[in-house]
Amino acid sequence: MTSSEGQQHPLGIYFKIWTLLFVLSAFSYMVDYFQFEGYLRWFLIIVFMMLKAGLIVAVFMHMMWERMALVYTIIVPPLLLLVFLGIGTLEGDHVFLTRMIFFGGAE
Amino acid sequence: MTQSAQAAMAGAPLLDGTPGVIADWSSDQSAFKKTPWGKVMMWIFLLSDTFIFSCFLIAYGTVRMSTTIPWPNPSEVFALNIGGNHVPLLLIAIMTFVLITSSGTMALAVNFGYRKNRMVTFWLLLATALLGATFVGMQAFEWTKLIVDEGVRPWGNPMGAPQFGAIFFMVTGFHGTHVSIGVIFLFIMAFKVLRGKMDREEPGFMTGRKQDYGMIEIMGLYWHFVDLVWVFIFAVFYLW
Repeated sequence: MTSSEGQQHPLGIYFKIWTLLFVLSAFSYMVDYFQFEGYLRWFLIIVFMMLKAGLIVAVFMHMMWERMALVYTIIVPPLLLLVFLGIGTLEGDHVFLTRMIFFGGAE
Repeated sequence: MTQSAQAAMAGAPLLDGTPGVIADWSSDQSAFKKTPWGKVMMWIFLLSDTFIFSCFLIAYGTVRMSTTIPWPNPSEVFALNIGGNHVPLLLIAIMTFVLITSSGTMALAVNFGYRKNRMVTFWLLLATALLGATFVGMQAFEWTKLIVDEGVRPWGNPMGAPQFGAIFFMVTGFHGTHVSIGVIFLFIMAFKVLRGKMDREEPGFMTGRKQDYGMIEIMGLYWHFVDLVWVFIFAVFYLW
């Protein structure tokens, strides 16, 4: 086993994923172009973002062909960020309410 | 561990699935089978970089939620006027496509590297580097437009919440720095390939270790990560 063996896959899959990434990016841009608002906008943004991120990591970065030990090592720790995101949301809300009380919305 | 024990271990079949995770992690010294150490180290670095960028984006989220002054509309701020037509977010869309194109050429470069196709690998790496440089150039244009024409500063701007500038320069600046470093290394790697360093497995000038086409894949991991970060910045900063 030498390191030069590496990841060897047919070219077709790269072109397919490449095309998909282009299409998904176009869709993301369309969300803004057509001025979708509110929950629909946020939902579409998140969906296209996660799909693109997943395709890049899985195929372009070869994660789907790596051994599970490496996959877990890289994918599991970032899940903690969801907790951080929750804390950030609580904090942001709290600061906003405090500012509304003390500045009445007009700083 | 004795030599015979090592030999016995090398010959043992590797388990798959969850038992494989446990066996790999508990196997002392070499947890990551069939993965060159350089690639593992790049992944660990990218994991730490993930946390850095996530901290920026979560900080951006709390700042945007907590301001009582309306946030400037990114769709308007980054719009371009093309022949009298007002196109929202056009420059950012083009930058996104440039970066995705470069990600594609990078993926192909990795593939042709493992096929030991020296010239095709070189041209693909060069194309990736030039697309990356184009991205940085467009970002420089965007910064200039915002600073000079729109009067955006890290402490305030005419469009709304003063935190907008601070977050914008911090996040895109950090990402742009990553792209710039990537472009430099892509040029270095492209010329290493062109000179046949990988084919002859010459020792690297800094590490003294044998160079091979696996290095292109490690370079590729970094470059795809830069694209990955842009996907998140594009979604939560520009589109939100």
